[in-house]
Amino acid sequence: MTMTMDGATQARRWYRQRISAMVLALCVLVHLVTIIYAVRSGLTAEALLARTRGNIAFAAFYAVFVLACAVHVPVGLARIGEEWLGLRARAADAAANVFALVIVVMGATAVYAMVHG
Amino acid sequence: MPMLQVSIWRGREQGGYVDYEVPRHASQTVLDVVTHVQRHLEPSLAYRFACRVGMCGSCAMSVNGVARWTCRTHVADVAVGDRLQVAPLANLPVVKDLVTDMREFFDKWARAKGTFQSRRTRDDDFARVPPSSPARKLADAGIECIGCGVCYASCDVVAWRPDFLGPAALNRAWTLVNDERDIAQHERLRAVAGDAGCHACHTQGSCVERCPKHLAPAAAIAGLKRVTARAAMRGKL
Repeated sequence: MTMTMDGATQARRWYRQRISAMVLALCVLVHLVTIIYAVRSGLTAEALLARTRGNIAFAAFYAVFVLACAVHVPVGLARIGEEWLGLRARAADAAANVFALVIVVMGATAVYAMVHG
Repeated sequence: MPMLQVSIWRGREQGGYVDYEVPRHASQTVLDVVTHVQRHLEPSLAYRFACRVGMCGSCAMSVNGVARWTCRTHVADVAVGDRLQVAPLANLPVVKDLVTDMREFFDKWARAKGTFQSRRTRDDDFARVPPSSPARKLADAGIECIGCGVCYASCDVVAWRPDFLGPAALNRAWTLVNDERDIAQHERLRAVAGDAGCHACHTQGSCVERCPKHLAPAAAIAGLKRVTARAAMRGKL
């Protein structure tokens, strides 16, 4: 394993991961409650979409959720890539950033479909 | 007389376990067992100890695979039936038999800027640090480390990342980060941040679990992560 990343970068990454984790903790909680409510109340897909279409609050909440994921996930993935797959720091970063981009694109698509679909 | 079957590591990095038979006694410690072997059965057995009462930290060894102070470990607590295995501490080069080379361990304390640095001289008055101040309490929580190496030998991150400074050195750095008299804070934070420093720690907690002084190096490392992050976000790292 190589020492490539300077301490300040690591420290900033840790901070970003920590803050995004706090946001995610809240988002996941709200998300789970929403799912349980939707399933238990027996709403159909049509009925759900009728509620989410044009709903700016829904869009804003899930946009934040997606962004928090995109910030949080690559930090940990890069670590896993380095430690478990033996990738160099640069390669691990690149792979993690691609993954983050996939999260953003897929997440944004899902949010768009929920609000405008 | 009941006997104890002891397997002791002989050799250096290359070597093997040799079995010895040692008479059991009440309140017998693992260090007593090793001493018996050296005095009566194997005069060439190398091991390290000094105080015998848990103050110096030099007798740490791996007992049945777990790093411990042998002087404070009763055979009755760790023997599996009538068997015991004693090896040198893990994650350190072996000098001979049960003696490890601690140089790298202590060099890392230096690399983590574990030396107190003050602006005061002998002509200045004493610094007055309130024992009840939050920073002093944090320093106090880790200050009793005697450098035995048990946490270092128990740390999986040290095992797979040899340049990792390790729990003891980072714990030492944390006590100094909380020392208001110290003037080397910036250099220290730079030294402990990054891949070989506090950010390599996965908070598995073996150091906390095994520390014979019941210190919490993992908590110290978590503290370093917070403080280095704060400094980095302000552009001061």
